[in-house]
Amino acid sequence: MARMTETPPAARPPSQPDRRSLLRTMLLIRRFEEKAAEMYAKGKIHGFLHLYIGQEAVATGAVAAARPDDYIVSHYREHGHALARGLDPGAVMAELFGRSGGVSGGRGGAMHLFDASKSFMGGYAIVAGHMPLACGLGLAEQYKGTQRIALNFIGDGAVNEGEFHESLNLAAVWKLPVLFICENNFYGMGTDVRRVSAVIEVYKRAEAYGIHAEQVDGMDVEAMYEATHRLAERVRRGEGPVFLEAICYRFRGHSMSDPEFYRHKDEVQRWRVLDPIEQLRARMFDAGELDDARFAELQHEADAIAGEAVRFADASPPPEISTLHDFVYKERSDA
Amino acid sequence: MPEITYREAIRQALRYQLQNDERVFLMGEDIGAYGGSYAVTKGFLDEFGEHRVKDTPIAESVVVGAGIGAAMAGLKPMVELMTINFSLLAIDQIVNNASKLYYMSNGQINVPLVIRMAGGAGSQLGAQHSHSLESWYAHVPGIKVVVPSTPYDAKGLLMTAFDDENTVIFIEHTALYASKGEVPEDGYRVPFGKLQVFRPGADVTLIGYSGSLHQAFRAAERMAQEGIEAEVLNLRTLRPLDVDGILASVRKTHRAVVIEDDWKFGGFAGEIAAIIQEQAFDDLDAPVMRCSGSDVPMPYAAALEQAALPQEDGIISLAKRIVGGRA
Repeated sequence: MARMTETPPAARPPSQPDRRSLLRTMLLIRRFEEKAAEMYAKGKIHGFLHLYIGQEAVATGAVAAARPDDYIVSHYREHGHALARGLDPGAVMAELFGRSGGVSGGRGGAMHLFDASKSFMGGYAIVAGHMPLACGLGLAEQYKGTQRIALNFIGDGAVNEGEFHESLNLAAVWKLPVLFICENNFYGMGTDVRRVSAVIEVYKRAEAYGIHAEQVDGMDVEAMYEATHRLAERVRRGEGPVFLEAICYRFRGHSMSDPEFYRHKDEVQRWRVLDPIEQLRARMFDAGELDDARFAELQHEADAIAGEAVRFADASPPPEISTLHDFVYKERSDA
Repeated sequence: MPEITYREAIRQALRYQLQNDERVFLMGEDIGAYGGSYAVTKGFLDEFGEHRVKDTPIAESVVVGAGIGAAMAGLKPMVELMTINFSLLAIDQIVNNASKLYYMSNGQINVPLVIRMAGGAGSQLGAQHSHSLESWYAHVPGIKVVVPSTPYDAKGLLMTAFDDENTVIFIEHTALYASKGEVPEDGYRVPFGKLQVFRPGADVTLIGYSGSLHQAFRAAERMAQEGIEAEVLNLRTLRPLDVDGILASVRKTHRAVVIEDDWKFGGFAGEIAAIIQEQAFDDLDAPVMRCSGSDVPMPYAAALEQAALPQEDGIISLAKRIVGGRA
C-alpha cells in the first residue's frame, strides 16, 4: 500500500501583528515594484507587468497572518504575495527579467511565479482559472487530515467567471479549507465593476453559496492581518471556506501599457491619501514606535534589497537554449 | 485467462489502484450513488466510501481543477468526466493548468492526474454527445492521451496512467464498453508510446485506435479473402506516439491508410500522414490516405450517422486504390 507522508504543521502567527515587520514588507513591495517599472522602461523586463503598488496592505497583512505552510494561490498581480511569503527578491526580479536564476527559471515570467518549497503555488493568468486549484489543494489537505489551508487571492474581475461560481459552490458543499481573498480594486483591467456586475458587493455573492463572507479595509494592513488571522483559524477548524473581500485600490495602471483613460485622476488622488504605507507609518509615529530617522532607515533597507535584486537579476544568465524541452513531462523517478 | 468486458477491465484497474494506493481517490459526476454513467464505478461507493469515491456537482471545470490541485499536493486523483463532450467545459483547466504547471514552475510542481472520459460516436446520441476530440488533447504538449481499443489495453493502459507523473487524458469509446477480451487478473501494465501490431501483413498498413481499430481489423480480414494482406496497427496512445512503430510498418508495406472517427480537417490522421511523409517519403509507393469521419456535426438518424463515420467499405476502397495493380 502506497502511503501518504506529511511534514509537521507550522506554527500559528501571533494574534497581534508585528507592525515593524508589516511596514518593512510593504516598503519592500513598493520599492521592488518601482524598480520593476524602471527596469521595464529600460527594456530589461518584457511582456506584461502588473504592479501591486497601492494594494500592498492586502498581501502583506494576509500572508503574515497565515501559517507559513498554508498554500498561496494567486492571480497574475502576484509579486507582492510572493515577496510577502518570503520568496527571494533577487529570484523574483530575475524571473521578471526572464533569467535562469528566476524563481521559475525564466520559464514562467512575471505572471507565473512559483516556489513550492514555500507553499507558493503560483501566479495564474487566466482570470478565476486558479480558483479550482485552490479548492483542490484544500481538498488534498482535508483528505490527508492536516491543518493546512489554502489562501486564494482573486481580483474583482474574477467574480463573473463561471469558475468563480463553480469553485465557491464546491468549496462550500465539501467544506474545503480555503480562504478566498478578493482584492476589489474596482476595475477588471479597465472596466469599472459597476458597469459589468449586477451585484457589486462581491462578498454578497459568496454569501449566496452559504459561505461566511466579510468585507475589510484592504488599505489598512492591520485590519487585513486581524481579519485573516481570525478567518484562517475558522477555516482551519473545518467549518468550511470563508470569503474575505478586501477593498483596495491600485495606484498604477493595469499593466505598464495602460494609459488609464477609464478613471479620473481625482479618483486616483483620493485613494492615494489612503496609501497603506503612509497609514501605518502615521499610526506608528503617533504611538511613538517610529521616528523619521528609523523610517528613513527602513526605506533605505527596502531600497537596498530592491537594488540588490536588480543586480542579481541582471547578473543571472538567460536560460540555456538546450533546456527548451526540459520540464514538459516529468519522468518517473523510480522507472 | 478470464474473458471480461472493456467496462470490467477499467473497473479492475480502478479497484486495484484504490486498494493499493491510499493517495488515489475518484471523483466525478454520478460515479458514486448512481454507479457511473457507463456503470464503470458501480458499487465503489459502498466498497470504498465517500472519502475515496466522491460524487461532484455538474461543474466540470472545478472538478478537473480540484483534481489538479489535489495532484499538486501529492495525491493521485482520478476524475471521471462522463463524456469527452463535457470535457470542453473543463478545457481551460486541462490546457492552461494541467499541461503547463510542470513547465511554468520550472519542474517544481507536476500534476499526476488521470482524467477519464468516454468519446466516440455510433450510438445515435446526437451532435453534442458524439465527439471524437482526442486530437485536440493530443495537440497539447504536457499531457498524455490514451485511446484503448480492447479490454486488455484498457486495464493495462489505465494502470500505467496511474504510474505516470503527468496528467493523462484517458479516452474510452462508448461503443466498446460491452466488448469482450482476455484480461489477466494481476496488475500488469501496458506501456505508453508502444503500438501493437494487431494483425501482421505486408501489403498495406492500416492505422487505427480506439473504435477505429476494429473497423480497420474487419476491413483487413475482408481484404485477406481477396489476397491483400493488411497490417493493422493499434496505436494505444496518441501522445506519446509510437512514431518508430508506424515507420517500421510503412517501410515494410510502403502504403498506409489512417482510420479515425474524428473529422478529417485538422484531425489526427493528418498528423500521422505528415509524419510519414516527412520521415519515410522514399519508402512510400503511394500517398498516405485518411479514412475519417465526415466534416459534419454528428446527425442523429441512424443512416446519416453511419454515413458520417468511417466504414469497412471506405477503408477497403482507399486501401485498394493505393495498393493498385499489385492486387
